[in-house]
Amino acid sequence: MRLEPRIASPAQTILYPVAAFAATFAFAALLVLLAGVSPLGVFRLVFLGAAGSQFALLETLTRATPLIFTGLAVTVAFRAKLWNIGAEAQLYIGAVVTVVLGTGAVAAPSWALVPLIALAAMLAGGLLLLGPALLKTRFGVDEVVTTLLLNFIVLLFVSLLLEGPLKDPMGLGWPQSQRVVAEAQWPRLVQGKRLHMGFAVAILAALAVWLMLARSVLGYEMRAVGHNAAAARFAGIPVNRVLALTALISGGLAALGGVAEVSGLKGNLTLDLSPGFGYTGIVVAMLALLHPLGVVASAIFVAGIFVGADAMSRAVGVPSYIAEVMTATALLTMGTAIVFTRYRIRWR
Amino acid sequence: MGQAAPVVLRLEGVTKRFGPLTANDAISFELRRGEVVALLGENGAGKTTLMSILFGHYLADAGRVEVEGRPLPPGDTRAALAAGLAMVHQHFTLADSMSVLENIALGTQPLWAPRLDRGRALARIREMSADFGLEVDPAARIADLSVGERQRVEILKALYREARVLILDEPTAVLTPQESEALFATLRRLVARGLAIIFISHKLGEVMAVSDRVLVLRAGRLVGERATADTDRHALAELMVGAEIPRPDIGPAQPGPMLVEMKGVTAGGLGPVDLALRGGEITGIAGVSGNGQAALAEVLSGTLAPQAGTLAIEGRAAGAWSPRAALAAGIARVPEDRHGVGVIGDMSVTENLVAEAYRAPAFSRRGWMKRPATRDFARRVIRDYEVKCPGPEAPARLLSGGNMQKLILGRALDGEPRIILASQPTRGLDVGAVAYVHARLLEARARGAAVLLISEDLDEIMALSDRIHVISRGRLSPPSARGELSIREIGARMAGLGFDHAA
Amino acid sequence: MAAALEILFTASFWVAAVRIASPLIFATLGELICERAGVLNLGIEGIMVAGAFAGWFTVYSGGDLWTGVAVAALTGAAFGLLHGLLTVPLGLSQHVTGIGITLLATSLTYYTYRLALPEVTSPPKIEAFRPLEIPLLADMPLVGPALFAQTPFTYLAFAAAALVAWLLYRTPLGLALRAAGENPDALEAQGLSVTAIRMGAVAAGSALMAVGGAFLTMSAFNSFFFEMVNGRGWVCIALVVFGSWRPGKALLGAILFGAFDAYQVRLQGVVGDAVPYQVFLMLPYVLSILALVAVSRRASYPKALMVPYRKGER
Repeated sequence: MRLEPRIASPAQTILYPVAAFAATFAFAALLVLLAGVSPLGVFRLVFLGAAGSQFALLETLTRATPLIFTGLAVTVAFRAKLWNIGAEAQLYIGAVVTVVLGTGAVAAPSWALVPLIALAAMLAGGLLLLGPALLKTRFGVDEVVTTLLLNFIVLLFVSLLLEGPLKDPMGLGWPQSQRVVAEAQWPRLVQGKRLHMGFAVAILAALAVWLMLARSVLGYEMRAVGHNAAAARFAGIPVNRVLALTALISGGLAALGGVAEVSGLKGNLTLDLSPGFGYTGIVVAMLALLHPLGVVASAIFVAGIFVGADAMSRAVGVPSYIAEVMTATALLTMGTAIVFTRYRIRWR
Repeated sequence: MGQAAPVVLRLEGVTKRFGPLTANDAISFELRRGEVVALLGENGAGKTTLMSILFGHYLADAGRVEVEGRPLPPGDTRAALAAGLAMVHQHFTLADSMSVLENIALGTQPLWAPRLDRGRALARIREMSADFGLEVDPAARIADLSVGERQRVEILKALYREARVLILDEPTAVLTPQESEALFATLRRLVARGLAIIFISHKLGEVMAVSDRVLVLRAGRLVGERATADTDRHALAELMVGAEIPRPDIGPAQPGPMLVEMKGVTAGGLGPVDLALRGGEITGIAGVSGNGQAALAEVLSGTLAPQAGTLAIEGRAAGAWSPRAALAAGIARVPEDRHGVGVIGDMSVTENLVAEAYRAPAFSRRGWMKRPATRDFARRVIRDYEVKCPGPEAPARLLSGGNMQKLILGRALDGEPRIILASQPTRGLDVGAVAYVHARLLEARARGAAVLLISEDLDEIMALSDRIHVISRGRLSPPSARGELSIREIGARMAGLGFDHAA
Repeated sequence: MAAALEILFTASFWVAAVRIASPLIFATLGELICERAGVLNLGIEGIMVAGAFAGWFTVYSGGDLWTGVAVAALTGAAFGLLHGLLTVPLGLSQHVTGIGITLLATSLTYYTYRLALPEVTSPPKIEAFRPLEIPLLADMPLVGPALFAQTPFTYLAFAAAALVAWLLYRTPLGLALRAAGENPDALEAQGLSVTAIRMGAVAAGSALMAVGGAFLTMSAFNSFFFEMVNGRGWVCIALVVFGSWRPGKALLGAILFGAFDAYQVRLQGVVGDAVPYQVFLMLPYVLSILALVAVSRRASYPKALMVPYRKGER
């Protein structure tokens, strides 16, 4: 078996990704059958749970918000081939900064406090990724491993804070922070519903990232470094500086997701703030083929599967982990589909 | 050559197409025991494709191959090896961090054997080394061997497998003339023992020296077959190229001011070297690959900063040295590795063309790219440099080697730079593209630029250079003027002779 | 301070060190085999989860312990084949695919667990491997209990290290495997299939990772719970680099790491509440990063690591 490069026809560029999704659903159907339930009924419940009502739709968009941020973080990093697998940690650092500054330490009106917290959090998240980026450029340390390990270190650090300096005295002993003050909160987008300003900010961020990648000098440099670092260096592009800036932006975006979750939704910081948003962000980014605007769509899709699966799981006895299985499967099948659009498979 | 010698390899109507391009068009020939057949042709004539089909790397669209009367299954490297074919590739297929013995023994013992029988392998390698005069230390790591020694290991690999047909792809490209002579002697010993050899080359001289019979390929077709004794270089050249390509007419140099001066420069395996480049001159660097050419090119490119010594551009000492500094100093660079370093394959032709100048006010403003301006620029360069491509937005990886090189030349030369570094600028290009590159370099010379031409193709160096340095083990010989030294004398210098008293 | 030092001279510390090291030895060897053949396998974390569950669940369902180990290995090999198929012939990004395998293996495991045991609140226990003292040798001070009073599963880890070393350096297969990671062209030119060697290596390496996971549920503990692998896979990737892609050094690295981990747990007891326990728990991860920083500059990684091989493309 061998691959021959080709340029796929427009029909193929649509067909293969569709086939990838079909394969994903087929695999999920198989697992649902194992549970002794009809797959079609389950998929219907998932769909209704994700988009069957205004409540469901808003819930999906709410869940999509942090995924857009982490998805963008991964997109920016992966475009420059900086393998940031640490969006989880950067998101938590953003949340930590939010509760450090937002629970009364800084008294300021909302118009000042909200941007202040956001900027401080983005800086912190960016710096958290700058470390691995510098270790990569200075010492040749693979950033995959360092960013992965940092996820565990940061989570322990958060645990330390929540049982120590940031612990809510009124929290009945639970490891949780105090709630952020009203001036630090992000307003709701729909009165009385959970969807908050974070979603709008996420859309704006996607637009900004798209503009930056497609039109700015830095975006050009990032893509050049990502596609061929040796050629970029030869042409005079300052590769190490570009990677450092990429780290700051990528980490900052993920951290902003943490701010949004605390200030917009949860109100305080707990150890289960993120059920793996950082890792799922990789799936979101790859399903979007690393396109910033595609990230919005794929985040909503992935969020829909999660929200829908939760609802479905409550109704029938299929574990909600089916959502994780489906997103992971989609990641792999989509990757395969892309290979098929770029190469023709020849058997012997 | 005995007429009675049996046929060991027979090709019948072998055809291979890549899209619209026919790389091999109904090729048929026979190879007999005990003969050396030269496969002659320009780059891109289809020689390597044909051999790749023999070894199952490609599948032929039509035709058949027989080894010793038995058909060879297509697309099966293992079967080709088992049938007694062996190939020494242009780029050696050796694992550098492993030993000579390990490289030779690889794949020769049953994979699932509980133990690699090193003793047996060692004994056979020793015996063959002695038999064929292919001396090499079986315990040495490949990384520590010279290029000539590595080639010996490749030949030993073939002999170890009891190959009956040995194919050598451009084997002298990496050797000094003297090492080439030694290789030819080895080949004669091998055919005397009954091997049959296919010798792939585009160099007429060595084809005449080593072969019994010559097959000439042009644009994928077998255009001629001659007994070496019955033909001459001139006839072969005409067969190979079709119409005679006129050699560029090179007028006398008009030396201008000193533009680059290196004194005692050392950097990554290079030096210390002194080198002076004058405007209006092409300075050629001849040498066997891996003797410091890469480091020299990198220093002038700005990707490698000198560790010691001084580098002055137009009389001013270079400060902090980087690719950007080199560009700012007016150095145009054509890198050795077109695909890996020259272009960014997944970005558009336009984006590649502005890669060295995107920060200039013409192409960007306050951090944003000026897209219309870059596209206009690209259109102009594509036209001026005859870059054949689907359009300025097409990804650069779709370009052929020649057009990729034109893209790089356009990017480097468009601003009429004063200093030009061209590192292996014609490697792997077809005849037309080679002529184009040479013409552009001569044009730059004519307008007073200083050109540093680094090439492993000695003919190219001899043809174009006004002054020639030979590089060997990181050191440069003193310069010789055009025509001052014969090819043999340059060859002696390439082997490192005459360096010590000169340095 | 003396108390902190005394820990080093207790047998229980060394026993724990070797116990903690055992799953890391398996998984590090597994990753090492993959990388030596030229394939980075970031599926390691998820494959360990799957192996931990598969081994435990086999025994929980009535299989015997060694059957559990075998089932874990097969499970790992299956995920390895998937990773190999996607990254070797199809040439997908090894980074992204590896993360995808980890996500898939983890979620499939959790799904299966919930499906198989919907009702349970606390994870059921199995009869795990018991320590097997080797007569005489086990009576040596410190070294005896540490090396010769462990479970048979730990002995298997040491045997695996010796086996992998033998395989890599003493057999034709190992030679081919190393060549696949150094220069696939060399392999292909000698008529061997890079695809087959790499896929085989990834499958075998993944089987070892899963066995490492199974050690957690079948020897270190006796039940399966979520998050139990807890980054050990990522630590093993660091250990491969730290061990310069050599089985012996990797074994040593794993034991050092185990010793460090065992030490920090005991140190917590000595230090008490003065330092938050999270700081101690962070130390192994911090240590992994520091180890990487220390060795990465001069690491001689396999030349073709992460370079996809496509036939005919030179």
